[in-house]
Amino acid sequence: MNQIQREFHLPTIDKLKQMKKNLQRLDLIFKNEHDTETILKKTLARSNDEVINDLISSGLKGRGGAGFPTGLKWKLAAEAEAENKYVICNADEGEPGTFKDREILSSVPHKVLTGMAVCAHIIGAKQGFIYLRGEYSFLKSQLLEIIDDFHGILDECGVNFRVEIFMGSGAYICGEESALFESMEGKRGEPRNKPPFPTDCGYMNRPTVINNVETLAHTYSIMKYGPEKFKDLGVQDSRGSKVFSVSGDTPIPGIYELEFGMSLQKFVDDFGDGDSKAVQVGGASGFCVPRKRFEKTIIGYQGKLRGTSLPTGGSMMIFNSSRSMYNVLHNYLDFFVEESCGQCTPCRVGTQQLLLGIQAVKKGEQPSVYLDKLLDLAEAMRITAKCGLGQSVANSFSSIVENFREEMIY
Amino acid sequence: MSDKINLKIDNIAVSINGGSTILEAARKINIRIPTLCYHEDLCVAGNCRVCVVEQSGSDRLLPACAMPVSEGMEIHTNSMKVRNARKQIVELLVSEHRADCTRCYKNGKCELQELASEYIVGENGFIDLVAHKGYTIDNFSPSIIKDDSKCIRCQRCVRTCDQLQSISALTVAHKGEHMKISSFFEKPMFEVVCTNCGQCVNRCPTGALTEKTYLDEVWSSLNSDRKHVVVQTAPAVRIALGEALGMPAGEIVTGKMVSALRRLGFSSVLDTDFTADLTIIEEGNELLHRLKKVVKDKDDSVKLPMTTSCSPGWVKFIEHAFPEYLPNVSTAKSPQQMFGALAKTFYANKIGVEPENMVSVSIMPCTAKKYEADRPEMRSSGYKDVDYVLTTRELALMIKQAGIDFASLPDDEFDSIMGESSGAAVIFGATGGVMEAALRTAYEVVTGREVPFENLEITPVRGMESIREANIKIENVLPEWDFLEGVELKTCVAHGLSNAKKIMEAVRDGKAEYHFIEIMACPGGCLGGGGQPIPTSPAIRKKRSEAIYAEDRHKPIRKSHENPEVMHLYEEFLKEPLGHVSHKLLHTHYTERNRY
Ligand SMILES: Cc1cc2nc3c(=O)[nH]c(=O)nc-3n(C[C@H](O)[C@H](O)[C@H](O)COP(=O)(O)O)c2cc1C
Ligand code: SF4
Repeated sequence: MNQIQREFHLPTIDKLKQMKKNLQRLDLIFKNEHDTETILKKTLARSNDEVINDLISSGLKGRGGAGFPTGLKWKLAAEAEAENKYVICNADEGEPGTFKDREILSSVPHKVLTGMAVCAHIIGAKQGFIYLRGEYSFLKSQLLEIIDDFHGILDECGVNFRVEIFMGSGAYICGEESALFESMEGKRGEPRNKPPFPTDCGYMNRPTVINNVETLAHTYSIMKYGPEKFKDLGVQDSRGSKVFSVSGDTPIPGIYELEFGMSLQKFVDDFGDGDSKAVQVGGASGFCVPRKRFEKTIIGYQGKLRGTSLPTGGSMMIFNSSRSMYNVLHNYLDFFVEESCGQCTPCRVGTQQLLLGIQAVKKGEQPSVYLDKLLDLAEAMRITAKCGLGQSVANSFSSIVENFREEMIY
Repeated sequence: MSDKINLKIDNIAVSINGGSTILEAARKINIRIPTLCYHEDLCVAGNCRVCVVEQSGSDRLLPACAMPVSEGMEIHTNSMKVRNARKQIVELLVSEHRADCTRCYKNGKCELQELASEYIVGENGFIDLVAHKGYTIDNFSPSIIKDDSKCIRCQRCVRTCDQLQSISALTVAHKGEHMKISSFFEKPMFEVVCTNCGQCVNRCPTGALTEKTYLDEVWSSLNSDRKHVVVQTAPAVRIALGEALGMPAGEIVTGKMVSALRRLGFSSVLDTDFTADLTIIEEGNELLHRLKKVVKDKDDSVKLPMTTSCSPGWVKFIEHAFPEYLPNVSTAKSPQQMFGALAKTFYANKIGVEPENMVSVSIMPCTAKKYEADRPEMRSSGYKDVDYVLTTRELALMIKQAGIDFASLPDDEFDSIMGESSGAAVIFGATGGVMEAALRTAYEVVTGREVPFENLEITPVRGMESIREANIKIENVLPEWDFLEGVELKTCVAHGLSNAKKIMEAVRDGKAEYHFIEIMACPGGCLGGGGQPIPTSPAIRKKRSEAIYAEDRHKPIRKSHENPEVMHLYEEFLKEPLGHVSHKLLHTHYTERNRY
């Protein structure tokens, strides 16, 4: 160990290598496979129902955050009657601390495209889009080439489907599916009222399947290896592998494909720096879990599991004891105050009040019980906001304020 | 979708067509759910969240205005959860709003204020956000004041400007805490495509958008001994003024209005209806003149279709959006401006008042009229032809300020020589009215006979349908009009600028051939004007419209060209329609304007 490493508690190279080696990494999505044409032909030869049933029985749930069963989504869109339908790959990846879709699109884009094409074939869409995060414009030219090749394969397989790239412009809210449609239609990125849902009335008011990049890549694995293999991984309602973006106080930040449903304790053991005080699961709109709950918290969708289970789009931020949770929360609230589309009252005004509120308590301008009023407000936002953004501000707010109340006040 | 859906709201069973919303179902059984961003004239936004209700078995609350009913739903509109959430939402809105109520023009008429008092938003609300924002007030427009510090972002104005008017002068800018209602590059309203129609003002729930008021100026004129203050009242004021003074919609209060104006101290109480009749003579003759040039003389410098010009919102719209069609707009001034020009010339002379000592005030259902009076062209008397324009709402306020018990006032009559009017002038206040009035006169000029409709009621141009067409065959004409024999006069009526836009696009694309088009900027015509009492809705506008047509039916004179005072005016002063004096005083020109 050298001087700097000792001073900053940095692990040695050997330690890092050891940590990485100990990880039980999976290699489903990131396995380099180049059998697009074979998989496509094999899948297209089957009936739509068979493919959809495979997806349903695999237990695959959307990896964009909300966790909607993917097979069911495709089924609903297939049943909707309309002349035009669309398939959209949501590559807006705006959640703070998430960077896995970028990696998937860089290393295995053909899997995503294959998923889109099969979906299009099943629901009857001729046009697909990749809604690419503005900051990922460096991926565009490479992706366009791959799409071009892919169109060749589609022609050979007799699939009438074309994919275009639509560049986002940087607003987090445009990752929300209905705001994304609005943005693609050239309007302001504001979420719509639901119902109607995208499978009935999406882009251009036509039935639309919108899936996260990772979700689509998973469908490829399911088509290739069958639903059982996928279902063998994970637990209960959280099946398959999951790609995590690990950041914060970890010696080994990066992108990891792991089995779904591990406990947070195991996660921290594998990734933490030995001093982890909290983990933010699911980014700014996710939950903060303090050390005392690591053991009982499972990373996955709420099912019949005991303890708490937390869904995640994949962002895992680890905080060690040097971090001020007030600053962490302040940071998230800054983000929401800025990124709320501003359309609905609870979110637009609520986020500002939460931010000003914790500042006022910190400065002593409001008594500490004001935090309780703010917790009530967060709850009201959760049940009244129009879209997932405003509804999930309470996740980080309440979990941080409740677990680190003293840090908010002193 | 129209199968009946059964649900329960607050344990009361209700059955309603599929596709209806929870709000509609609740209204059906007289359960009031508070709303703010909802407006009957506009598409549902679902953004204020004040209307949230609880559905049994669901964790999140539902927006009643946006959520369709479904079979077996059990809705609670007044549960603890709902009340708590609603109160917090109102508190949030108040924290974002400059709640300077006692100093606000909308004090007592503000929907947020009403909700705040209902939910007892007290001292221990949220932190005031207004102080942080550095708001400025846009009061550069002669018609509309926009005060962002009072805006609650319900976007009613944005939807009004976009959907009803197809203008989008007001749009949403920025996001998050900076989100606000703004205009092109945040320019002041008077620099952008705003037509001053005031439909946004009419739908703003708070004091964020209000008319620019000229009450102080008018009061001080009334209190000045040296000033002779004449007032004119537009046709649509008398059928709506009552609403702002506690009466039901559709009450005709012409006589009481005249009494009130006299009590307020106006020296001459005159009628815009008089110049509405005059407009018909001028504009009707202009139409016939254009038809002659086009049909007989084959003069292609003269343009058809001719469009009306009495709606200043429409005029400004076409100046921005279709400037290539400005030669098609009738050069006849609006009744307000004809009145103004005559008041400070003909009338002043008649009653022996120096025009510089005359103050000309008009009471209008309209905010765009304030702008119109300010146009540089509108000084043909050598003075500002109309000094101050007040809306119907402002007049109601004056009446209240003066302590007049409006309902108990006796009926009174307009003063003479610019106070007489026909039924044709009265119907100017409704969409289709100008067309009907013009046809009553023009047809008779050409054929020597009355229009071939029972009781002179040209029903095809009446009603509230957004665009209406009527073709009238001209037969057995008088000899001097022989070139019109057998011609089918094609007319079209539209109200609301989004419909105006459709018509003009059809004309531009060669998809519609008309001779004469009537366009009113506001839904329903002037009766639904931006200066009319708040609220407005299709049902209220229907009542006002019925009142207007009833007033027409009961008028002894029904045709503009039979108005004796108008005939007298021609004999004594104007000599002939489209003549030299008319040209100077009663006709105008238009200006191409920017597209943003
Ligand atoms: C504020 C907000 C931002 C979102 N951003 C993203 C995003 O960047 N990428 C994404 O895949 N889903 C995002 N979502 C979720 C999408 O609305 C949608 O549920 C998802 O794309 C569906 O795909 P899936 O079923 O494959 O998860 C976001 C949702 C909200 C409320
Ligand atoms: S919750 Fe926030 S982001 Fe979503 S619609 Fe409302 S203001 Fe917009």
